[in-house]
Amino acid sequence: MKFKSLIITVFASSIFLTTIICIWKIISTLQGLSFTSLNLNLNLLLSLGLTLICIFIGNKFNHILKILILSSSFTILYTFLNESSPLWFSGGIFLLILFFTNVLRKYDFKYLNQDFISEIIVFEFLSLFAIIFFALVILFPFYIMFVTSFKTQTALLINPLDLSIDFSKNIIEIFKSYFVIFKTYDFGRYILTSSYVSIGTVLITLLFAIPAAYAVARLNFFGKTFLSTSILIIYMFPAIVLVIPLYTVFSQLGLRNSVEGLLIVYTATTLPVAIYMLQGYFKSIPKEIEEAGLIDGQNWYGIIIRIIIPLSLPAIASVSLYVFMIAWNEFLFSLMFLDNPKTFTLSRAINHLTGDAETPRQYLMAGSVVVTLPILLIFIYFEKYLVSGLTAGSVKG
Amino acid sequence: MSTSLSKIEKRTAYTLLLPAVCLVFAIILFPIFANVWISFKEVGLKDIRIPEPRAKKIIKNIKDNNSELIIIYKLRNSSLVQDIREVRFSDKLPKNIEPINLDKRCEFKSSKVKCFFGNWDAGYRENFEIFVKDLNNNAIDSQYIKSNKPDLNGKSNNILLSTDFTLKNFKNVFMNNNFLELLMTTFYFTFFGTLGAILLGIFAAQLVNQKFYGRTFMRSILLFPYVGPVVALAYTWTLLLDPNSGIINSLLVNYGVIEKPINLLGQKYLIINILGFELKLRLALTTVIFFEIWRYFPLAFLFILARLQAIPKDLYEAADVDGAGPFRKFFYITLPQITSILSILFMIRFIWNFNKFEDIFLLTGGASGTLTLPISVYQQGFAVSNIGMGSAVSIVIVLLLITFMIIYFKLIGKKANEI
Repeated sequence: MKFKSLIITVFASSIFLTTIICIWKIISTLQGLSFTSLNLNLNLLLSLGLTLICIFIGNKFNHILKILILSSSFTILYTFLNESSPLWFSGGIFLLILFFTNVLRKYDFKYLNQDFISEIIVFEFLSLFAIIFFALVILFPFYIMFVTSFKTQTALLINPLDLSIDFSKNIIEIFKSYFVIFKTYDFGRYILTSSYVSIGTVLITLLFAIPAAYAVARLNFFGKTFLSTSILIIYMFPAIVLVIPLYTVFSQLGLRNSVEGLLIVYTATTLPVAIYMLQGYFKSIPKEIEEAGLIDGQNWYGIIIRIIIPLSLPAIASVSLYVFMIAWNEFLFSLMFLDNPKTFTLSRAINHLTGDAETPRQYLMAGSVVVTLPILLIFIYFEKYLVSGLTAGSVKG
Repeated sequence: MSTSLSKIEKRTAYTLLLPAVCLVFAIILFPIFANVWISFKEVGLKDIRIPEPRAKKIIKNIKDNNSELIIIYKLRNSSLVQDIREVRFSDKLPKNIEPINLDKRCEFKSSKVKCFFGNWDAGYRENFEIFVKDLNNNAIDSQYIKSNKPDLNGKSNNILLSTDFTLKNFKNVFMNNNFLELLMTTFYFTFFGTLGAILLGIFAAQLVNQKFYGRTFMRSILLFPYVGPVVALAYTWTLLLDPNSGIINSLLVNYGVIEKPINLLGQKYLIINILGFELKLRLALTTVIFFEIWRYFPLAFLFILARLQAIPKDLYEAADVDGAGPFRKFFYITLPQITSILSILFMIRFIWNFNKFEDIFLLTGGASGTLTLPISVYQQGFAVSNIGMGSAVSIVIVLLLITFMIIYFKLIGKKANEI
């Protein structure tokens, strides 16, 4: 039992250490270091040795002293055995080994003697792998988007792998792509259009959705069940089947190439889910509060404005953020309806940039950062509200 | 008393609902029905612009003191395919200025030139001239004349409102040799995209449901792919996967994993040799499916996580007492608890992925074997400029969607309401 769990720990952990060192190496390659081999065998051997030493020493010494000594000696060994590399790379290796030895802290012989320990160990290392995997897979494209926007065309042609930012240049040179897209490509205007469309969509959607959601949640009328089921069904119909008729009608009415046209379409497409989310929340508000309001002589409109809205601010916040996100990220309708650069939204403008094959990629990436950053910041700041909006909006509809 | 109250209630309900229902009807339901109408017509992109009579004004001086001018109107029919009937024209002249030798088709009344031009064929053009003269021999302000826009109007047939119908579009859609492939590609994309997203979602949810350092951070970044704008993310991935100088290909070549860069988004098939068997992998389609999984697994993750957190803790405590390891706990407790939600999730994500347009459009534009039904709507309608065909494909999508929804509501509709 003990031997089996020991073997599993050693293998799992050395593969884990090798993996994180390899990832660090690949990331360093993107900073301009010219590695051409991952030295997998050597790394695996070193990791194996380190794991064994760690487990055999166990907790006999002071933990901090132990991991410091182990990591510095192994870093030196690693640097000595591998190709020459700058100090910051070795520093990274040191931190990784420090983290690793710290993870291994609880794996002493006593721990390995538990019941079902091999299953637990595999599970724990799988979780560690999963954390690394998800973090890498998700953050890597965002990282590339961000750093590419600071490069220049020639630098990218000389070595596409070198994505390091040259801090010796002055700040205007570093942020050149951003200056160019704002000056030459008029991105300032597109930011304004996008904000106007998104905020406008949120306001109009709320204006239409709150009364409708209240009616569905509280009032009795003929056709109520039919209406509440059709809300969801309508939400399932995709934009792509609406696009041709809307295009023809909007062309004939002269609503194409106008922000107002977009506002109407965005509002209509987000209304069903907004109504759905709000009515669910309205139902959870105790009826007695409204009845008290009725006795005080309020009419329905007074109840909505004075009682329902103040009580359901969290739900309204999540609907607003969700709708804002949909409108900000929307692409299909802006592609179909807008061909005049004066009315472009950000998404459409970036798509327009790619239409010209000559557009350098750093401009494209700078534009992408400009459209991505606001929505990510909003998401991080209001995560709680947006997550509940996403959950309801994505799966129910 | 109570009946009148319920009447008021009904009336209020309808007033509150009216704006939302009208808007949804106009922008969502009307187009779905309009698709049916358009799909039975032979309409191209150029036909949908209503033909307009147009005029461009040019002014020429003939006398030195500017007291006499020629106003030239470049008249034309904006449409190259349709006629305009009964074209009428009117333009205002400043005071004291009058036309001389006015065209027969026109008359001058209260400082307005009014003309009746009759019928204009498709693509009709004419240079129509008026000589004008100041009665007092003063100089005419030509800028002012130029700034006055003439009024033109005429009658034309709107091809969309005519009642000629044809089955040609549907015939073209179904008789096309590629229709089966189109359908299969759509189903591959939808099925594997959904399945992958749900599997990855289960892993991610199981991960975040544990306690570890940096868990909240992990939960936020897991949603990034969905929250980020599709345009930015699709172009970033195109750049990453680019065969010439994309980072992924460069890295793989640099570390000697592959010899030549692979065009992951532009190559239709990749032939893999396994034990002598040649396996044809739809490479571009696979890449697009991976992007789809990457972008939409956060939704599955969110929903599964919410369910995981609702599983009673004592189930796991009981398992601990019985001495079950983490894998057993997962397969015997967690998985049975989330199966019902997984089936709902699968159905709904299936319907959504079936309709996905932007992702494929931005990555490959439907080239190299990634043409799905939604992309086909765009291609037919806007690239080939055949609106009728595009609508016919839309109708195919709507019919399939309705089938899916019926299956969905038959199978798990009741369960869905409980959650």
